[in-house]
Amino acid sequence: MDWISPLQLRKIGMLSMNRRNVDYIARYNERKSYPLVDNKLKTKLVVAEYGVKTPKLLQVVRQQHEISHFREQAEAWEGFAIKPAKGSGGKGITVITRRDEDQYVKASGAKVSIDTLERHLSNILAGLYSLAGTPDVAIVENLVQSIPELARYSFQGVPDIRIVIFQGYPVMAMLRLATTASDGKANLHQGAVGVGLDIGSGRSLNAVQFNRPITLHPDTGLALENLEIADWEQMLVMASRCYEATGLGYMGVDLVVDVTEGPLLLELNARPGLAIQMANGRGLLPRLREVEKLKRPHFTPEARVAWAMSKFGAFE
Amino acid sequence: MTTRSRLPFFFAIFLLITAGITLATLRHLELGIPWLSGEQRPVWMLEARVDFEARDEPVLASLSIPDDPPGFRLLSEQAASPGYGFSVVEDAGNRRAEWSKRVADGQQTLYFNVQLVPDDTNTIRPPRRKPKPDAVFWEEPQATAVREILQQAAERSSTPESMTRELIKLMQPENSAQNTTLLVSGANYADLLVRMLNHANIPARTADGLQLEDARRRQQLRPFLQIFNGERWLTFNPQTGEQGLPENVLLWRQSAVSLLDVVGGDESQVSFSMMRQTVPALQLARTEASENGLGFLSLYQLPIEEQSMFRMLLLLPLGALIVAFMRIVIGIRTSGTFMPVLIAVAFVQTSLIPGLVAFVAVVAIGLLMRGYLSSLNLLLVSRISALIILVIFITTAISIVGYQMGFNTGMTVTFFPMIILAWTIERMSILWEEEGAREVLVQGTGSLFVAVCAYLAMSAPLAGHLTFNFPELHLVILGLILLMGQYTGYKLTELRRFYPMKAYD
Repeated sequence: MDWISPLQLRKIGMLSMNRRNVDYIARYNERKSYPLVDNKLKTKLVVAEYGVKTPKLLQVVRQQHEISHFREQAEAWEGFAIKPAKGSGGKGITVITRRDEDQYVKASGAKVSIDTLERHLSNILAGLYSLAGTPDVAIVENLVQSIPELARYSFQGVPDIRIVIFQGYPVMAMLRLATTASDGKANLHQGAVGVGLDIGSGRSLNAVQFNRPITLHPDTGLALENLEIADWEQMLVMASRCYEATGLGYMGVDLVVDVTEGPLLLELNARPGLAIQMANGRGLLPRLREVEKLKRPHFTPEARVAWAMSKFGAFE
Repeated sequence: MTTRSRLPFFFAIFLLITAGITLATLRHLELGIPWLSGEQRPVWMLEARVDFEARDEPVLASLSIPDDPPGFRLLSEQAASPGYGFSVVEDAGNRRAEWSKRVADGQQTLYFNVQLVPDDTNTIRPPRRKPKPDAVFWEEPQATAVREILQQAAERSSTPESMTRELIKLMQPENSAQNTTLLVSGANYADLLVRMLNHANIPARTADGLQLEDARRRQQLRPFLQIFNGERWLTFNPQTGEQGLPENVLLWRQSAVSLLDVVGGDESQVSFSMMRQTVPALQLARTEASENGLGFLSLYQLPIEEQSMFRMLLLLPLGALIVAFMRIVIGIRTSGTFMPVLIAVAFVQTSLIPGLVAFVAVVAIGLLMRGYLSSLNLLLVSRISALIILVIFITTAISIVGYQMGFNTGMTVTFFPMIILAWTIERMSILWEEEGAREVLVQGTGSLFVAVCAYLAMSAPLAGHLTFNFPELHLVILGLILLMGQYTGYKLTELRRFYPMKAYD
């Protein structure tokens, strides 16, 4: 068994689960803001007012009888994603990339019938994937086509960028790449690859899978070293705006880059995980304290991003 | 952005924990509730037997009985005397047992039983009103003898105590002067001392003591001398002059009244038999709880049925504490936050190994059936409902098959909460579909591990004893749980999870 001493962890400034819950989530995230992020439908509406784009909404299924409308409309759509509005951790998300005669092809390549999709919708409505098992609504969104520069790194699935925003300041970021192990999902605990991104430049720092450092993507075999995200500053500003939109002091912002639409907000997370620290090889605590120490916070997202890029950048 | 100071919080926790411990300690001292469950305490069972010859007329027998005897605590008393009316009367600070009967004839026997607990803290209470020496009149030639002896004793002493000692010494046969022989020859020796001391302006009286020895019968009372030194009554051995009450001597009668009065009978006499018993200290505390100040905090007054329910209920906080510790400090993942506690409660009823086997069997069979249910495309509520019915079928089947095969333990499976089992199966099944069998195994064993830990803690006899008899200790548990809610350190599992960070230090 390999262990690390708590003293060493403290020296690195690793944020622990308990400290995240007590000192950051409980202190900076107000309970009343939670529904905004726990419900993807509400998130879409509220961030739109702040100029943050999200994937196009195709349909909202609120009642059992509306499922039949879904069957009629689905035939017209090229690709789409079905999501439970109150789902967490990517649970219950089904991504359909294209149609193959009567069958629908999932991101993994598996084919499913329209009946399976309808059953899935009915499960979502019953609250199978919602946080507290409460009745839910299903949203159907346009399929995101990731830009090829990033998509080539990922095995199936859309690579997304997770940025931790603390009081409106971007403090840490990572790129999440799906793998066979993660079944096309971009969740690190399911086996996705996490690539730490430098806040200052958008360049990759190092990568982990299952909490262990790697240098190559296990499926695509591509080196993860000299990866760089285009329009980095613009993406940080977009993520930072979500602070004004929701008022959440500590959150994870998940972005994707679409071929035609550009950066889009996928979802917000009021309880972002700790694995981002492993992907970056750095602890969150020193940066969080740096922001907490600020006597005069910056008022615009642009100013906050500029400050964070100069403060937390690893290069130059 | 609530950055409140944590000082009041920690102060409140400190208060909770000290309040719990203080209250428990107070109740331990006041009520004698033992810390450990097996503790034993001695109890003396005394039986006074009154014999007399009735004369075919109304009978009233009155026996002086112990009233707050020094060195003992009264636990219970009762009379056994068929055909007699019985009551305990208080008469001028003196307690008497009274038997009465309209007509009685021939040999009569009355019994009076009393249970006493040794208690060193109980001393002779000072009287409300200071006693005054009785006026004593002596006839010649005794008067001269008494005067001379008292003068001798007074010359050698300074206080009422030393005066008494000197007087007893002078009255002993080996010092026998002519004066003493003259006096002693006449009357009862102890009464003589009392009269002489009263004459010397020292209030004095006799008391009857009983030497307590295990399994003795037909014992008689021994006279003791008591004098009042201005503050309280002191006891002396009238033969040796030794001050204080010897150990294991019970003062049956302290006031200057008769031991036994019988109206309507002759040849009355009292004899005593005694026995030493040991009873669990807890039982003792329970008997006395209702009479004591802090007793209202006890659960002993509740009906037995409610008591046994509370016995179980009061164990739950302990399980919650274990779950909180395992999840917050150790970092074990469980399926459902408090499912392990409920499973542990079921284990307490079924005992561990049969419980484990039954639980794993039900969940495993349930998972198989749930696989079929999921292919039926049902709505969640009806799927769970169907699962509950299936779980009941499974438990019934296990019970019947177990019973037919001669395993009575198979039937204990009914102790598991059905709804919890159904939800566990549902969650495990979804976990299986979404995260794979490995996660099911991790969370399943995690839950079982926590459940077994909680079971071990809850089934320990000491835990059951402390939680039930010292309910205030739950304040301490509450304090600990609140304290853990503020723990911001690393979990034990995080030390392993973050191990690769070693490379970046």
